[in-house]
Amino acid sequence: MNITVTINGTRHTHQVEPRLLLIHYLREVLGLTGPHIGCETSLCGACTVAVDGKAVKSCTMFAVQCDGREVLTIEGLASNGNLDPIQLAFWEEHGLQCGFCTPGMIMTTKQLLERNPSPSETEIRHGLDGNLCRCTGYQHIVNAVKAAAAKMGA
Amino acid sequence: MIPQNFEYATPNSLAEAFKLLGESNAKALAGGMSLIPLMKLRLAAPDKLIDLRNVPGLNSIREEGGMLRIGALVTHYELESSPLVRSRCPLLAEAASQIGDIQVRNMGTIGGSVAHADPAADYPASLHALEAQVKLAKAGGERTLAIGSFLQDTFTTALDAGELVVEISVPVEAAGTGVSYQKCVQPASGFAIVGVAARIRKSGGRIALARVGVTGLSGKPFRAANVERLLEGAAGSAGDISKAAAVVADGVDANNDLHASADYRKHLARVYTARALAAAARKAG
Repeated sequence: MNITVTINGTRHTHQVEPRLLLIHYLREVLGLTGPHIGCETSLCGACTVAVDGKAVKSCTMFAVQCDGREVLTIEGLASNGNLDPIQLAFWEEHGLQCGFCTPGMIMTTKQLLERNPSPSETEIRHGLDGNLCRCTGYQHIVNAVKAAAAKMGA
Repeated sequence: MIPQNFEYATPNSLAEAFKLLGESNAKALAGGMSLIPLMKLRLAAPDKLIDLRNVPGLNSIREEGGMLRIGALVTHYELESSPLVRSRCPLLAEAASQIGDIQVRNMGTIGGSVAHADPAADYPASLHALEAQVKLAKAGGERTLAIGSFLQDTFTTALDAGELVVEISVPVEAAGTGVSYQKCVQPASGFAIVGVAARIRKSGGRIALARVGVTGLSGKPFRAANVERLLEGAAGSAGDISKAAAVVADGVDANNDLHASADYRKHLARVYTARALAAAARKAG
């Protein structure tokens, strides 16, 4: 079926099979390889993107469910070559080791900070519950979220 | 993981949805947080997927006649963050906030969750403690069932073919009622190994009302009436609570799996019942 989706500010129309998952649509049809395929079982959060401003796991949503909606991926965060404050905080605080989970961590952090601009450490850890880091680099990720909150509040 | 192919429809009214659901092997899609993983594993392979997202009237939360009426498509995030739910039915907001993770709570719906009837889902504990009502509708009309009649067994509900959950109703909490949901979380899935919801209301220094709902312990979530009976009329001391919590798993055919043996689950049920009751009693003042 035909779908029209606004992705990172640009409208796209494609003919897709209803069973095409959003993550495969983004990576294989649009070439947006920022959202990663980790567990494929909606546990790891590496595929997290925003649909109409809500963080979702794109491995657990069909592309057809996004017909008429707006999708934001990690590729859409920087503007005019300037990193988003969350991206900058992850860079400065070394909130990544191998980097595989990072796009999902950042997209979930964006949602977390939109709803709670100055979260406590407990709230950060609860907020990132759906994103796994197999390097177990959680402490630096939490530091990065705190730094991003401080940057955005400033 | 690629699901079997299917036809996809987005009806614009309940009438249209019922018509489409009447066709063979059609399945309703709400948030998809349970159905899509099953389709990826091909444990579910519907020929037609009826996405309810454009059906009007299923995503409101209203207070009416002493009840909160919650549309089936209200998401877990909407429940945990709604000022109305937080003030009028804090137990449901507390339970919703403990489901899965942010991404799952953004998509998953209360109607989808109860219709899926996972025996380890979080809502049933609270819905039993709240004596919730589930409104079902199909082309021929509507009916309302108590949560205990609606949830029949593991992944099994009273839903007929072509019938949808359209609304969940819970009572507005009376002043002075303390509530708590305590859950032993399975860390990989986020589901409850055991989850216990408690409501306590006191009057004249005695417990006037005690309600306890349990999920995860057995194939079917249940209301622990034996625990409630021991508490009503008691002062609610620590001793009263531990005596009552001790019977929660009596006679229950407990689930036994790689996460927890039946005996360990029963132990957890007693511990989490005591915690939920103590927290609710503290809040009841």
